[in-house]
Amino acid sequence: MPERREFLLKSIKSLGLAAAGGLVWSGFIREGRSAPLVLRPPGAVSEKQFIASCIKCGMCVEACPYEALVLAAPGSGRPVGTPYFVPRNIPCYMCKDIPCVPACPTGSLDSTLVSGKDEEGNLKLNIDLAKMGLAIIDRETCIAYAGIQCDACYRVCPLIDQAISVEYLRNTRTGKHAIGAPVVHSEFCTGCGLCEKACITRKASIFVLPRDIAMGELGEHYIKGWDKSDEERIKDGEDRVTTTPRSEKAPVDYLNEEKF
Amino acid sequence: MNMQQYKYQIPRRLTQTGILLLFFAGNAYGWNVLRGNLSSARVLDILPLSDPFAVLQGISAGAALTADALTGALIIFVLYALMGGRVFCGWVCPVNMVTDLANRLRRSFGISGTESQGLSRQARYWVLGTALVLSALLGVAAFEWISPIGMLHRGIIYGFGFGWTFVLAVFLFDLFAVRNGFCGYLCPLGGFYSLIGRYGFLRVRYEKEKCTLCMKCIDICPEKQVLHMVGRQSGAVLSGECVNCGRCVEVCPDNAVKFSSIYRK
Repeated sequence: MPERREFLLKSIKSLGLAAAGGLVWSGFIREGRSAPLVLRPPGAVSEKQFIASCIKCGMCVEACPYEALVLAAPGSGRPVGTPYFVPRNIPCYMCKDIPCVPACPTGSLDSTLVSGKDEEGNLKLNIDLAKMGLAIIDRETCIAYAGIQCDACYRVCPLIDQAISVEYLRNTRTGKHAIGAPVVHSEFCTGCGLCEKACITRKASIFVLPRDIAMGELGEHYIKGWDKSDEERIKDGEDRVTTTPRSEKAPVDYLNEEKF
Repeated sequence: MNMQQYKYQIPRRLTQTGILLLFFAGNAYGWNVLRGNLSSARVLDILPLSDPFAVLQGISAGAALTADALTGALIIFVLYALMGGRVFCGWVCPVNMVTDLANRLRRSFGISGTESQGLSRQARYWVLGTALVLSALLGVAAFEWISPIGMLHRGIIYGFGFGWTFVLAVFLFDLFAVRNGFCGYLCPLGGFYSLIGRYGFLRVRYEKEKCTLCMKCIDICPEKQVLHMVGRQSGAVLSGECVNCGRCVEVCPDNAVKFSSIYRK
């Protein structure tokens, strides 16, 4: 049956070509997708979801009154067509009405992530809840940590005394001065980057990184015994004792033996 | 100059550039007639519009899309399905201007050779399928990631970066490799609109009685296979692959090719 044979051959040929093209294509996508150091607009869903759902329309970019948001062009090293901002150029000025978020047609910028309840219990946009990134301080180049007075980042922070506080340390170098050291608190920091923009060192000594890069993770197996709420987690835990040949005896007995 | 030769060409260029201009002004000057771009837009800050193929890829990639995006995609889908053919490709898509220029230069300089270079017109449907499979596997809208269409309209509205290299690649491919190679063989968005444009009302109709077999329509047509009836029998172009550009109507000296509704006999 030559007809069937021809059809099969043609199908296999097309499938093979599609697979070949698809492999090159997927390599290109994988390469472009691995750009973790990108700061998204407020209310952005997780990066994995974001690159799946962002339709690259740029309406958040249009909505941004400060022109902080940029649509990634090819060659920028960021997923093509998706919005980002570079705080050292233009930080997020944290508009109260967050115009970029309602502009998003796909829900990639999710208003529920930047909404909180007001006094009457209504859900309201609140930019202070944004988690665009986290400011990190390089203590070796920050001049405040070197003992020179500077509180540029602290003063400019929209959540002053919450996201950045100044802690007074003793200057052990001179022995008689104080160090006013800026400290970032991840609970409040929105990652707006005003501090990065304001930093006076040549290359900013305080800079915003995506939170999943900037932060560690403690893991569930550590319990802070001094923290009541953390202790709650092991309320229903059971005692489990592991015995080894060494731990069978009390430590004192073990030390009194001749053989170690 | 015989204006009759350009009676669709001029309005086509006007809609193509006009839409881009409105998008550009939306971003640059804050006009609210059209905001966004060809991937997703908003008309007068109310009506949402979305590229149904981009939305389909998003769904395939596992994105939880909002009602706004889905409604917008449905509106565009219904609009082009009703009109029929690939009205998007011929009248809206900015890449059409790039490939038409390559085509014009091809004609002026006599660059020809084997037309298809062995490429199949069906290739676009394979690219379409591959795009959906890759979207599901990689969790991103795969064609949107590399689309020269996106590079071009985003480039014009928001700045090019290296996006122009994609557009130049399409231009060179169409100029030196395959005539209408990108739009006519490879573009999965064109394939998508071919599939949904099959049953719309706007059709090119051919009358054999008037035809003098000059074959000018076949010469100019970017999708020659849709004009298979020329010289054989009267009838409408039923293939969804027709871009409804109207070039065949313009060049026909005998009035044998015309736009009409599919319902008119």
